[in-house]
Amino acid sequence: MPAVSKGDGMRGLAVFISDIRNCKSKEAEIKRINKELANIRSKFKGDKALDGYSKKKYVCKLLFIFLLGHDIDFGHMEAVNLLSSNKYTEKQIGYLFISVLVNSNSELIRLINNAIKNDLSSRNPTFMCLALHCIANVGSREMAEAFAGEIPRILVAGDTMDSVKQSAALCLLRLYKTSPDLVLMGEWTSRVVHLLNDQHMGVVTAAISLITCLSQKNPDEFKTCVSLAVSRLSRIVSSASTDLQDYTYYFVPAPWLSCKLLRLLQCYPPPEDGAVKGRLVECLETILNKAQEPPKSKKVQHSNAKNAILFEAIALIIHYDSEPNLLVRACNQLGQFLQHRETNLRYLALESMCTLASSEFSHEAVKTHIETVINALKTERDVSVRQRAADLLYAMCDRSNAKQIVAEMLSYLETADYSIREEMVLKVAILAEKYAVDYSWYVDTILNLIRIAGDYVSEEVWYRVIQIVINRDDVQGYAAKTVFEALQAPACHENMVKVGGYILGEFGNLIAGDPRSSPLVQFNLLHSKFHLCSVPTRALLLSAYIKFINLFPETKSTIQEVLRCDSQIRNSDVELQQRAVEYLKLSSIASTDVLATVLEEMPPFPERESSILAKLKKKKGPGAVSAGELEEGKREGGEVNGWEVNQQKSEPSQENASSLTTSPSPTPTAMHLSLTSFFFPSSLSQSTPSPSADLLGLRSAAPVSAAPVSAGSLLVDVFSEAGPAASTAGVNDDGFLRFVCKNNGVLFENQLLQIGIKSEYRQNLGRMYLFYGNKTSVQFVSFSTTLKPVDPLVEGGAQVQQVINIECLSDFSDAPLLNIKFRYGGALQNLSLKLPVTINKFFQPTEMSSHDFFQRWKQLSQPQQEAQKIFKANHPMDTEVLKAKLLGLGTALLDNVDPNPENFVCAGVIQTKAQQIGCLLRLEPNAQAQMYRLTLRSSKDTVAKRLCELLSEQF
Amino acid sequence: MYIRFILIQNRAGKTRLAKWYMQFDDDEKQKLIEEVHAVVTVRDAKHTNFVEFRNFKIIYRRYAGLYFCICVDVTDNNLAYLEGIHNFVEVLNEYFHNVCELDLVFNFYKVYTVVDEMFLAGEIRETSQTKVLKQLLMLQSLE
Repeated sequence: MPAVSKGDGMRGLAVFISDIRNCKSKEAEIKRINKELANIRSKFKGDKALDGYSKKKYVCKLLFIFLLGHDIDFGHMEAVNLLSSNKYTEKQIGYLFISVLVNSNSELIRLINNAIKNDLSSRNPTFMCLALHCIANVGSREMAEAFAGEIPRILVAGDTMDSVKQSAALCLLRLYKTSPDLVLMGEWTSRVVHLLNDQHMGVVTAAISLITCLSQKNPDEFKTCVSLAVSRLSRIVSSASTDLQDYTYYFVPAPWLSCKLLRLLQCYPPPEDGAVKGRLVECLETILNKAQEPPKSKKVQHSNAKNAILFEAIALIIHYDSEPNLLVRACNQLGQFLQHRETNLRYLALESMCTLASSEFSHEAVKTHIETVINALKTERDVSVRQRAADLLYAMCDRSNAKQIVAEMLSYLETADYSIREEMVLKVAILAEKYAVDYSWYVDTILNLIRIAGDYVSEEVWYRVIQIVINRDDVQGYAAKTVFEALQAPACHENMVKVGGYILGEFGNLIAGDPRSSPLVQFNLLHSKFHLCSVPTRALLLSAYIKFINLFPETKSTIQEVLRCDSQIRNSDVELQQRAVEYLKLSSIASTDVLATVLEEMPPFPERESSILAKLKKKKGPGAVSAGELEEGKREGGEVNGWEVNQQKSEPSQENASSLTTSPSPTPTAMHLSLTSFFFPSSLSQSTPSPSADLLGLRSAAPVSAAPVSAGSLLVDVFSEAGPAASTAGVNDDGFLRFVCKNNGVLFENQLLQIGIKSEYRQNLGRMYLFYGNKTSVQFVSFSTTLKPVDPLVEGGAQVQQVINIECLSDFSDAPLLNIKFRYGGALQNLSLKLPVTINKFFQPTEMSSHDFFQRWKQLSQPQQEAQKIFKANHPMDTEVLKAKLLGLGTALLDNVDPNPENFVCAGVIQTKAQQIGCLLRLEPNAQAQMYRLTLRSSKDTVAKRLCELLSEQF
Repeated sequence: MYIRFILIQNRAGKTRLAKWYMQFDDDEKQKLIEEVHAVVTVRDAKHTNFVEFRNFKIIYRRYAGLYFCICVDVTDNNLAYLEGIHNFVEVLNEYFHNVCELDLVFNFYKVYTVVDEMFLAGEIRETSQTKVLKQLLMLQSLE
């Protein structure tokens, strides 16, 4: 085979390239290039017509100059001229220049398209390929318009040469990707699919990429490709290593084509036809068997090609997730790779096993490799391999191994690479929460996280630990003790100070009995950190101090002194100054009762999806966290929307905002407002972008009573858990029923208006925030509701808000009604909705043992005390979802009470002003029949009945 | 699910081939070239041949002083592309008779032809070395 000599054919080019290479400096290079450019320009402008060879040479030089990184502003015309040459080498340079320096200069495009057109119809396969490659490389809309109709014809015509077919298939793929509207397969579909049967493997290799892409977009039209792909694959897999001659690579028959076939099959569910399915399973088994055979060559190319097919086959097995036998075999094979000497294989095995871990069939098999994976986390040299090991540990974690895995991850964190620390922190936080059996372990884990990797602990993580501590009274004392101890460290991370400040402010009293952690000791400990902290943390600490005044009257004078000193009360930061002034005043004028009310313990947070999980998902990109995990994440805890400081003005109305910050002695209104902000800084405030906004799942661009913002996404984003289903909600009752087990979301939405709800309940009291959003660009006038007076003008795209306080006097069945009236473009709109206030909102959860539960159950045995309903499941019977709903109901979900673990039992007490009403609940799912039996017993018959009605619509 | 770009760079970061299958403007291309160089050259033989890169991954292999890099989707088959590189290198080696960096410099316009024969529109077009070389020799014989 003749070697290609340096720059053969174009001596001038070779000389020029040598000259450039010999340049000693950048300046010399530029000088040489400018000289060449001047020379070429003069040749192109000269009177003498250039011959094809010279034109080719100069265009090629220009291209070289461009590739060196210099601008080229001429020569395009000459390149286009080369396209119409009938010499291959000239044409090739012309097309190359066009492909590299695409330019949507319209005049030229017309000329280029013209030349392409001529070449496509030339019947010269070499020229046709050049033209097709040019289209595939440029892929512009203009080219699609000109050729999208022609190329399918070339692709399927009987007399088209194989190499042209290959190029045509991929050229069409490129046009389909850039302009899918212009590529109409219709009549060609079946003939394109049948290219899978083509004798020429190269044609199949190229065509299958096109078919895969088209199948993804139109699976039904292309589904006949499944059986063709299976038989093609089967022929390759069963062929001997030499059968396929040209397409055998290091003794592996057609590895790339096999991979592409397996990938095409991943666009579809398992074949329905038994024979096809059987043949495919056979192929997959053969591939797994071959992995066990001794290698036919020691070359890495051989094993790589073989394993490329193996990994693709495993991907298909995982995609089907229906063949337990294959899944377990795949897992065992990957297990062998985990200890392979090739780093690549260890890496890929970890990666692939990660997806196997989420299959119920192979989860247990994956878990058996835990020691190897932990070892990989400790010893792998390549950080990306360690990262995959961490991913896999995360994926294989369940209740049985959570403590071990979390401990290993924590110890790895001490030395982990900076690049993956944040992600590791999120993972540990999620696992610790998800599998926490006792919450003291959870608290320890999170505090350890802050200690080890404080800088990487994002807000979501430390907010979450606070949410959980607030919502679980069994861990509050432990949490207070533990943070108190953690704060003793001479240097502790600021995040620790935040958590410490918050928790001691709420629950410091639980450890105040011990003289070593007496109120003053606690306060001094916190205050010793104060001066080293940033403004938001200091603001949080100030709030902790005022809480201390309420918890421990004996600290009042000390704290007042601190608040009174100039560095607080005259602090240059407005937020700090405001807090110092207000808290000082509050502590001196308010009576103990008022103080106790205002500074009452934080109410439990409403349930919503863990924002940590959302964050991890965002970090890893879509698909990284499976839907199942998300469901599981929807458990307890809400958002800490109380304590952290938002640095913007946080009042609903602008005038008050300014008066507050300037007035040294706040008026009662101002005080009220600031307290609102104390509890709900960014949800209620008109937010400027602030990191704390993310915590609430609210986009920072979602102002509550703000000026017009582009409508569209404005409201949909406000409630993170109101997913697409909620935003397309129907009218009236539908909305109402969705709120039985949750407190926040979209109550109503039509083309004009969206009504969002945020609510919270404590004992027999509740507070509800209603957000009325104008989805149009036109203002609503005479806007009114039956609840409370509200601004009658709602600008287009704006949102107004109402707060109502609710008190449950006695038990009830009918929900209060809300009427809304407004004028939109002259027409009067009238809307009537049920407010989602239901009796269960006033539940206090009651934990009890199995014995107590059944004793009380028996006590409530009169017929009218029980309400029962048997009904069909309206939603998939997912245990985690059921649990989340039952927790959302407000009762305590009791484990290990019912002898049948499938059943759920709950207990709670409804708090009304008049009386307390105990309720017990039992839900028995029957997965086979897709039915539930729901039984409620209550000391009050109407309550049992009402709860039964409400709940039977929820599952 | 396709190749975003193919880069051949030397250790000093000089680009010997850049083939783009996705629209990037010139500044962006330059940035990508520099980033890939930075990511790939710090890795040693004990590392994998894969490295995460923005939302994609780079599959690369080093031959003497040259790094051959292919940028693909994170879900793409690593080993298939790794051997795709090697297959390409073997073709170059055969075509240029013991290919060296200088061959790629002086014959840059031919390298594009080799690439287009083997990869088109970001997909693998032809994998048979025999077929590709036969086609290249046929083209070589044309004027």
